[in-house]
This record gives sequence, C-alpha cells and structure tokens, in this order.
Amino acid sequence: MALITYREAIKQALDEEIQRDENVCIMGEEVAQYNGAYKVTEGLWAKHGDKRVIDTPISEAAFSGLAIGASALGVRPVIEMMFMSFSYVAIDQLFNNASFCRYMSGGLMNIPIVVRGPANGGTNVGATHSHTPENMVANHPGLKVVCPSNAYDAKGLMKAAIRDDDPVFVMENTLLYGEKWEVPEEEYIVELGVANILKEGEDMTIVSHGRCAMLSLQAAKTLEEKHGISVEVVDLRSIRPLDEETILNSVKKTGRALLVEENKPYCGVDAQISHIIQLKAFDYLDAPVHRVSSIDAPQIYAKPLEDWQIPNEERIIEGALKCMA
Amino acid sequence: MATPKKKSASKSTKSTDFAAAPINKALTKEEKIDLYRTIIGIRRFEERSLRAYNQGKIGGFLHLYIGQEAVAAGIVSLMEENDHIITAYRDHGHALAVGMSMNECMAEMYGKHTGCSKGKGGSMHFFAPDKNYWGGHGIVAGQTPLGAGLAFALKYKGLKGCALAFLGDGAVNQGSFMETLNLASLWNLPVIFVIENNGYSMGTSLKRSSAEENLAHRADGFDMEWEVCNGHDVYEVREVANRAMKRAREEMKPFLLEIRTYRYRGHSVADANHEKYRTKEEIEEYKRTKDPVNVIRQKLIDEGVMTEAEAKKIDQEKKDEAEASAKFADESPYAPRSEIQTDVYSEVDNDTEGKLKGTYFFND
Repeated sequence: MALITYREAIKQALDEEIQRDENVCIMGEEVAQYNGAYKVTEGLWAKHGDKRVIDTPISEAAFSGLAIGASALGVRPVIEMMFMSFSYVAIDQLFNNASFCRYMSGGLMNIPIVVRGPANGGTNVGATHSHTPENMVANHPGLKVVCPSNAYDAKGLMKAAIRDDDPVFVMENTLLYGEKWEVPEEEYIVELGVANILKEGEDMTIVSHGRCAMLSLQAAKTLEEKHGISVEVVDLRSIRPLDEETILNSVKKTGRALLVEENKPYCGVDAQISHIIQLKAFDYLDAPVHRVSSIDAPQIYAKPLEDWQIPNEERIIEGALKCMA
Repeated sequence: MATPKKKSASKSTKSTDFAAAPINKALTKEEKIDLYRTIIGIRRFEERSLRAYNQGKIGGFLHLYIGQEAVAAGIVSLMEENDHIITAYRDHGHALAVGMSMNECMAEMYGKHTGCSKGKGGSMHFFAPDKNYWGGHGIVAGQTPLGAGLAFALKYKGLKGCALAFLGDGAVNQGSFMETLNLASLWNLPVIFVIENNGYSMGTSLKRSSAEENLAHRADGFDMEWEVCNGHDVYEVREVANRAMKRAREEMKPFLLEIRTYRYRGHSVADANHEKYRTKEEIEEYKRTKDPVNVIRQKLIDEGVMTEAEAKKIDQEKKDEAEASAKFADESPYAPRSEIQTDVYSEVDNDTEGKLKGTYFFND
C-alpha cells in the first residue's frame, strides 16, 4: 500500500471519478487554473480541461444553485467551498434547494451533487473561517454528511459521495491535508453510514469524527499506557446516515461513553448521539455520557487559546478520566 | 416608469402588429385557440382556487397569477423538446401552461395525496420534470441560479435548447440573482431570465424598491442582451420571447427579458391591503384596457379564428374543469402518515434490496 496524504487521496478520488463518469465535473473558486486554494485539485484542470474542472467567480450562492439545477438534468457536479464556512453565503441554495427540492416535488427531482471543502478550526484564522457545520447539515433531512478522519476514508467516502444520488457534504480538514496514511492502489469505496472502530477496548468508548477521531486515538493510547484504561475508539465517518449499531454495540460492551467533536457543544452532533445512547443503551451505562467539544464561544483567533478551545489530547484525557471516575 | 429602451442584437419588430410577426403568423387556428384556452384556463383555475382558499380548503399562501396569464402561456407555447422552465412561488400559470392537469395542481393546494407533489409542496412548489418544469420555488430569486444550472447542463451535454428562469420584479434585488446574471453571461449559458414585472414586490412599488426602475438595464452591467415588452398581449410576448429563445439555443447566449405585466390580486391572498398601496382606479384601468383574457379573445374573434359563442364555450369548459378539480381535490385523501418520510432521500426510496447502511431518520 502506498503512503499518501489526505489531500492526495481526495485528489485521486476526484480524478478517478472524473474518468469513470463523463457527468462528473468539479466547480469552485480557484479549483482549476490556480490548482486549488489548498491544492486538493492540483493538476486536474491540466489533465481534464475546462469542461470538467471549472473556475467560478466568488459567488457561492450562484454556483451552488447552478450545480443543483445542472444536477436535475444529470450532471454530477462536485462543488468546492474554499472553506465550508463560505457555504453560509449559499445557505438558501444548499439548505433549502439541495435539501428540499426532492421532497417538495414528491420525489420527482434528484440532486446528485457533492459539496466538499475544509470544515475545521485550529488554523489561527478567526471565527469566520473556522466553522464545523456538519451538525447544521445533519439537521436538514434530505442532506447527507460525512467527515473523513484519514486518507483512506477520505478517498473512499469521496467516491461514495460522488456516486450517491442525493446531495452529500464531505467535510475535510486543512490540518489533515498534509498527513499521510496507507491507501491501497486498487479501487475501493467506503460506504456511507458505516462507522469504523479505530481501536478496540474494554473500559470505555470514545465516539468521535473527523480529525477529533485521530486525536481520540492518540489520547486512547496515552490513557492505556499511563492510566491503564482500555479505550475503544469509534470513528463515525458518516454523520447522516449514522451507524447507530456500532456506537451502541461498543457502549453496551464498555458501559461508558465519551463523545469528542470539534462542534460547539450546544446542538452539536454529539448532543444527538448522547440522546441515542441514553435511550437505547441506558441499562448498560455505568456512568453518565460525557462530552468534549469546542469551548462554547465564537472561534478565537489567538493561537494558544484556539488550541485550547478545540479538543486536544489533554482535554480528551481529562474528559475520559471524568467519565471513568 | 421611463420609456423602455431596446437593446437587442437581433431584428426587432417596430410595428405593434404582433399578430403579423412570423412566429404568430405561423400559428394554426387550433394553436391560436389553444393559447386562449390556456389563458382562460389559468384564470378560471385561479378564481376557483381563490374560492377554495376563502372556504378554508387551501392552507398556507396563495399567490395568484391573475392578470399575468399571457406571459406564461405565451412563452411556454414556444418551448421545444430541450427547453426547460423554472419559476418562483407564483407558479400556477406556468404549471398549467406546460400541461399539468388542474386536478393535480388543485389537489396539491388542498394538500392531498393526489397532488403533483403528493401534498408535500403546496401552492408554491409545483413540479413536473416530465414536462421540463422544475418548480415552483418559495424563496425570492432562489430559483434563478437553478435556471442557469439547467442551461449549464444543456451546454455540458451538447443539447440544443434553452432554460427559462422566471422571476418577479422583487427578485431583481436579491444577491443570488445578480450573481447568477454574471455567471450566465461569463459562461455563455443559454438561459433567458424573464422578469415578470407586475410593479410591486409584495406591497412595495418598483419606485420604492429599485434604484433603476428599468430593470432590464441591469443586464448591461453583465454584458448581457436585454429587451422590454408588454405582457398583456400574448402575441407580443411570443414575438419578443421567441427571439431571445432562438438566440439562446443557436448562439448559447443568455438574455434578460423584462415583461411589464400586472397582478389584479394582492401579493398573496393574505395581502388584504393591496388596495392601500395602489389605487382601485389603477387596477380597474388595467382590467379594462389590458386584460390578457379579453385581449386575446377579442383578437381571435376579430381575426375570425373563433366566434363569441366558441369563446364562451371554451370559457365554460374551463370553469367546469376548474370546478371538477376542486371536487377531485376535496374528495381525494391525504397521504398516509408513512409518506412523511418518503421522498426525502432518493437512495432510501430506491433501496429496494435494503442494502443501505446506517440510520437515515431520527425519530426517537
């Protein structure tokens, strides 16, 4: 298996899907001639040309809506939000039209689009560029959302998203773009709605997604080595659809759950997961469900403070120890 | 309003005898009568739906198209196989013009399972993709980038056709529309933006909402061709729109068409104040001189295409059809509760083998 970056894995997925299906095209700001603001689409315009890799003006609402209209006639646009924060400029298009046109047409309209881009903080850029709106997307029936935590999942989930007949958001992470993982040469897909057990354990379960899943894995190793706690780490991969079964099986086995995410805590993804656990695994719990989320304030600019605001290994360990107490 | 200026690359007819324009001259007698049938059909359907609304049979909002019928009827009559249409929430006229049945439209407004969207969309959200009709959209100007997207798809797939994106005069001040004008022109998309300018964005007159009252002039800022015409004479609508549509199909170019029209009713039926922001005389004057139903009826009678009696007969047929649609809607059942969670995800609806993974709906 080749060791490749998260960025390269996404690019491979896009490249392969463009070649597989003539209806797949990429659209977004700086995706073509500039090679992508984060270089995710580097080389794709040179390879596939103007028709398939398309630079847009800075008009998120227009190109999001255009993608929706085009998808109605069978084009399968993958639109890049330079930052997922910029999807807020296109809320009416993405959260009204992409999510509800199928429903309001009584099932007559399909919207096979992918909305992808980085959705993370921790980059010292302040509140307007640090949103993690997977909870907001998941709150809109009609939309799907995945948050790959590593290169293997990023490639497999991206391919699944592109082939999906519904609108799918793929939440990437700029802090992961340069990280490397092993990715097989041969074709594979990671299905939506299937969580991944990153590490097995006996004493408690950490449920996480995106980059936080990797931080949780790191914290789990420390907890095992320094505190003798055996931690199972469940990486959700997909937020909607959600693999409830894997979450519940793990919690039923360990009896304890710590939920870790970069969302702000109020109405975050983990608020829903916490509810599911108490409802469906209540009798198995040896402790209340605990959470580690971003500290509940707009994203702060100052680097050392932001590094504390979003979940980090230290905060996860602290949360785990509370959950074990 | 200032006198509309014309800026069109193609030949424009100076004459006001739009009936003599080739596109209208080419109409057969039956096609002409069909135009009348569509226009009077929309009128009678909406009058009946207003009664149903006042009886409490129709919920939500009811945005009536009465007064504007010749616009949708005229433009839809020009549509070819690969032409697509999308509009905003004042969508009944376009729906009937593309050939949706009164039954499915009325039932949708009643919220019934037999409605075009099974009662999931309501008055503002009619769809008929099989007739190239892509809604029916509730947020002002939100449909305009979708219209450009339909045109993008035509171009992408190498199909000769055009997209018609309708909007009201209130929608021109939305950012999404201005972004879309730029994109459509920048990418040479075969889309015609049709501003149905009825003079009022809800209760705010054009004068109080738009700095430049000649809305079509906005196209200049995007290097796009535009034209202005009147919307009460279906022949005029057809003559002008035909040139824009032909140009879009043949040259892959967008067009901004402003059509001056008028709505007799309020913004929606809930807008009971509409006689406060405009005068009764203004409404009556339009009805007397420019009513789209009367205009086409009189023209066809004068042309000898139909007689007064034939016109009356068609009118009665449409009244009966509208009445029957109200009965059909009334007698139709609501969708079962299980339908609340269908048509949300295509993959779920089509997962006949149950292979999909994970939970899609979170009810408990």
